[in-house]
Amino acid sequence: MSGITPDSAPKHFRTALAKVRGRGAAKSGTGDFWMQRMTSVAGVPLTIMAIVIGIFLLGRNQAAAAQILGSPLVGIIMLLFVICTVVHMKIGMQEIVVDYVPDESTKLTLLLANTFFCWSVGVISVYALLKLSFGL
Amino acid sequence: MVQFTLPKNSKITEGKSWSRPANTKAEREYRVYRWNPDDGRNPRIDTYYVDTDDCGPMVLDGLIWLKNNVDATLTFRRSCREGVCGSCAMNIDGTNTLACTKAMSDIKGPVRIYPLPHMPVVKDLVPDLTNFYAQHASIEPWLQTVSPTPRTEWKQSHEDRQKLDGLYECILCACCSTSCPSYWWNPERYLGPAALLQAQRWIVDSRDEATGERLDHLEDPFRLYRCHTIMNCAKACPKHLNPAKAIADIKRALVERQV
Repeated sequence: MSGITPDSAPKHFRTALAKVRGRGAAKSGTGDFWMQRMTSVAGVPLTIMAIVIGIFLLGRNQAAAAQILGSPLVGIIMLLFVICTVVHMKIGMQEIVVDYVPDESTKLTLLLANTFFCWSVGVISVYALLKLSFGL
Repeated sequence: MVQFTLPKNSKITEGKSWSRPANTKAEREYRVYRWNPDDGRNPRIDTYYVDTDDCGPMVLDGLIWLKNNVDATLTFRRSCREGVCGSCAMNIDGTNTLACTKAMSDIKGPVRIYPLPHMPVVKDLVPDLTNFYAQHASIEPWLQTVSPTPRTEWKQSHEDRQKLDGLYECILCACCSTSCPSYWWNPERYLGPAALLQAQRWIVDSRDEATGERLDHLEDPFRLYRCHTIMNCAKACPKHLNPAKAIADIKRALVERQV
């Protein structure tokens, strides 16, 4: 017993329906859902093409590899592949975090880390590809 | 984080082995989850033996026989005993189903019975479904209209009525929702397959005028989009419905109203 309130007393008297209704619907999620499907579909041919390009690069020296990756068609395919994969990766990891991490502060930290990581990977890759194409 | 082990006071221990029925050649071993909120003990698995010559063929028949003949304290819900009410949903032989429509002969070895997974237990095989029912209430499962009520009935074509087939048959037994890993991890925020199947039942009802509001209510990363099409719901449903398809149809409607 603590004071006049027993420890077993409920801390909240919200009804079950109030808990379920909560703060209402976020009115979002469809954008990410649709983007995840689009990047899945686009990812199939882009990944195959990226693998083929990778095979072509095998055994070549740096100058030859840079020349192939810097050519317009290959460069554009690789840019699309990187952007598509990074977007897909970001949403995928976000889904996993939201599924499995109920603690709000841990969740926000992981979502921030995921966003920073994906943007970094994406921007570094795009920068590298542009540099090969335009020699900036 | 997600819990992969049970809390200390929920760990299951070996329970009592009850006496075998006398003078019978046909007996069936039941291993049943027992938990009493009043005795302060951990849950345990009791072993019973059912005289199958003296009861019906279903798992529920065996449970009722045990309650009447062996152990009156064995606690479970049942009502219609023919797959209509959904009261006797429990985890039998590793799958959520109705005890009244699951035949003992379909199970190899002992009949292992647990309450529906990942729900608070009231006693023995009785789960607390308060949150589940509130989720059903939250989708407002009734006809909503703005137009003046007609003098006779709200008319519906045969074609439109057929769109409710596969949805209206749900008996809210909770087998699907409690078989869903997404529901296990986020039971407070994800509505679960049963409530979403019911939501779709009203979204596709041609007489309903609140389709947009219903979709608004579901458009949420948690309420709807925790579904990852795992399909346990469709596998578990004792009425052979497909909540995963109903959820996919809701997602499709939400995409279609945007693009």
